[in-house]
Amino acid sequence: MDEAVQAFLLESHENLQQMEKELVLLEQRPGDRELIASIFRTVHTVKGTCGFFAFSRLEVLSHAGESLLSRLRSGELSVTPEIADALLALVDAIEEKLVSIETRGDEGTDDNASLIARLTTLAQPGGEIPPPPAPPGRPGKSPRRKATARPAKTGARRGSGKGPRSAKAKVSVAAAAPSAKLAGTGDVRQAVQAATVTESAVRVDVRLLDGLMDLVGELVLVRNRIVQLSAVSAATELASASQFLDRITDQLQDDVTRTRLQPLNTLFNRFPRLVRDLGTACGKQVAIGMSGGETELDRSIIESVKDPLVHLIRNAVDHGVEPPEDRVATGKPAQGQITLKAFNEGGQVVIELRDDGGGMDAAILRRRAVEQGLVAADESAQLSDREALRLVFLRGFSTARKVTSFSGRGVGMDVVKNNVESIGGTVELASELGRGTTTRIKIPLTLAIIPALIVRNGKQRYAIPQNNLLELVRLEGQQAHGGIERFQGAPVFRLRGKLLPVVHLKHELSGGRPGEFEVRALAREAVTNIIVLQADGRQFGLVVDGVDVTEDIVVKPLGQLLKGAPLYAGATILGDGSVALILDIVGLAQRAHVLADAAPRVVAARPAGAEEAVERQQVLLFRGPESGRMVIPLEKVARLETFPILAVERIGGREVVQYRGGILPLLRVPSHFAGERDRVRLGTTVEAQDHLHVVVFTEEGRQLGLVVDEILDIVEERFTVEGVGVREGVLGSAIVKGRVTELLDVQKIIGEAQTPGRRRGSGDGQ
Amino acid sequence: MRRLCTFYLDDMLFGIDVDAVQEVLRYQTMTPVPLAPTVVAGLINLRGQIVTALDLRRRLELPERPVGLLPTNVVLRSSAVGASLLVDSIGEVLEVDDESFEPPPETTQGITRELILGAYKLPDQLLLLLDLKKTLEIGTEVQA
Repeated sequence: MDEAVQAFLLESHENLQQMEKELVLLEQRPGDRELIASIFRTVHTVKGTCGFFAFSRLEVLSHAGESLLSRLRSGELSVTPEIADALLALVDAIEEKLVSIETRGDEGTDDNASLIARLTTLAQPGGEIPPPPAPPGRPGKSPRRKATARPAKTGARRGSGKGPRSAKAKVSVAAAAPSAKLAGTGDVRQAVQAATVTESAVRVDVRLLDGLMDLVGELVLVRNRIVQLSAVSAATELASASQFLDRITDQLQDDVTRTRLQPLNTLFNRFPRLVRDLGTACGKQVAIGMSGGETELDRSIIESVKDPLVHLIRNAVDHGVEPPEDRVATGKPAQGQITLKAFNEGGQVVIELRDDGGGMDAAILRRRAVEQGLVAADESAQLSDREALRLVFLRGFSTARKVTSFSGRGVGMDVVKNNVESIGGTVELASELGRGTTTRIKIPLTLAIIPALIVRNGKQRYAIPQNNLLELVRLEGQQAHGGIERFQGAPVFRLRGKLLPVVHLKHELSGGRPGEFEVRALAREAVTNIIVLQADGRQFGLVVDGVDVTEDIVVKPLGQLLKGAPLYAGATILGDGSVALILDIVGLAQRAHVLADAAPRVVAARPAGAEEAVERQQVLLFRGPESGRMVIPLEKVARLETFPILAVERIGGREVVQYRGGILPLLRVPSHFAGERDRVRLGTTVEAQDHLHVVVFTEEGRQLGLVVDEILDIVEERFTVEGVGVREGVLGSAIVKGRVTELLDVQKIIGEAQTPGRRRGSGDGQ
Repeated sequence: MRRLCTFYLDDMLFGIDVDAVQEVLRYQTMTPVPLAPTVVAGLINLRGQIVTALDLRRRLELPERPVGLLPTNVVLRSSAVGASLLVDSIGEVLEVDDESFEPPPETTQGITRELILGAYKLPDQLLLLLDLKKTLEIGTEVQA
């Protein structure tokens, strides 16, 4: 039998057992929304999955059940004994179908017409019909009694023991990971394979592996102690024995750790088929590209992300990618592209799913959420576009205009979010209208081993995941003094001529005002260690007290009590047995504001034929006239300076300052572009300050100081310059960090500054 | 009858169900967790498992533990939480009966009212029953 079908059967058997239990509970607590939602999801999953395998009878049957449950969930109907009976009968009917598939390879001939009719009638308003006569073929058994008798029946059937089924029974007892059910499913699949193929593998209880792992950890510590002792002892026999112990312990640690890891490919390999089948069913052409499948994760976690990923892929195909005609009409290739990417970042594994479909319209999301009564109208109006995207995570939210066989009932995103969060992960969404949607799932590695740099802050040691690390910079003596400069409260370090925002670990960890530390205090240190890090595609420097070694660390989760701590990705146990926290570099950068709001950047595929220049560059973001945001390429920036207003002198109607033995002409960005009236007003604002913030440019040997209202940030982003708002001195506009920003034409304004009086220069006419 | 694991904090006797306790350990060095809530005293390596130690004095808003008095760890059983309570010293396991139990008087206020379910009136002193679940609800927001 097809392995995928096998997996579906085993999973469904388990889900149905669960559903049966829940139905019985539901009768006792008819108002329990959680229960209804859970039952609904089970039926939804069965329906969805059997759609792919073309078990059409089963699909029709579960669709009828789902429709009824949908009305229960929305509160239009309430649970009555008749409904509960019908739903239990549904469980039986599905079970029968599953058994038939398992034993005969097809669904059998029964079309369950009477049950479907019963479910459909019950789903009608006022459709609480008296229970129909018992369905043919099961005389004398009232559904009610059957329900209570079921556990015994199930047990008996299982006892009669076909291989796979008895294996499953064992597994569900043995499974012990936090997400026991999911982990169990994995065991099942392996068990089945093992039973049918060879006996080369042995199933081991996850608890046993956990225990082994902990013991190995202890052993490592004892080993370290023995090695230390033997080093000071004169006994050569002890030395050789401890060396032997050393080697074996390393090997053991390695092997035990590996037993728990699996590459994501075990999961990814199933997706091409899924996408193909979904695409066919939706009448769409969709291709999937995958990378990073070799990324290893704890196997229980792999199982836990399976369902969320299937949901997301289903959404991407069904809602994301547009029908081929629509795509061609908007200039996209007819074939939609889904990209699945996995990689390690900041001690976590990121799984990113991207589609090049129509994207999500924040306005529509707001409206739908209000229509569906999930948020109040005024509340929804206050949401930013990014916040509006998160509306899809509300239970019951749905955007699809029509209910299809796969999705559109609003099951999905809330489940995705819950599942991912239950293993300590997060889900982020980014979408660009017309370009596509990106979903990022970040999950902890739990037991993965990662190389990390150990750094010191005071007496404490912290681990920094190696994959965030770019380089180490050590400033000594004279260099250390003034190596870090301060600009606008934002400390920067010049790394090979580029300005690198700097974060001080001690300052951040001591709860100081994020990002603002006293540079002068650092200048007193004899040595400054700067670790150049990369997070979310941006670079920054982290100042630490000391740098120790690079070593492989075992990432351990922080307990529930510290779940909310944003700066740590976990903890690890160092060679001496002490605990070290693993820094979450992205969290740290966010706290220190070096990533700003760190909106997940959507790098969507370019529409075919688009001519815009898409490039990634570092820019200086500042506030220009009328509080507009402007950027200039950082490579043009020589220095950032602050001059006291009194240092400004005038020559021929132009403002200049003495600068490094020369004369630096100043150009006021605010007055340069603003209208006549605004010029005066803005000019006064700047005048009111004691100091001028000046960006010093060099272009072809000429220097110019650009006076700006406020330096906001240094950003590295990929953005597209569009022709909107082109005018004198402005190259165009782009979206930088989620906001429309003007790109200054440096060459132009420098040229103008050299020919005073031709146009409104800085000082003239005021 | 109920079996309680008892311990002392600021000369008062507290108790939690003995089944909730995994083990009792002498003082362990801890790794502080900057920016965590102040009740988090640090992290402990318990045979390869990371356990969060909560300063029960701070949790109950009692005076700080005198310098030099090393706290004892009462490690809780629930592995998902991975928590240890720092107490001044450990007492005996006592059997108490419900007859001697009394809920807190109306006059008690503040955090004690929230975290203490009531008292067993022992012959020589009161044994305060801690609400373990609430004690572990330390909120997730961090300082600053």
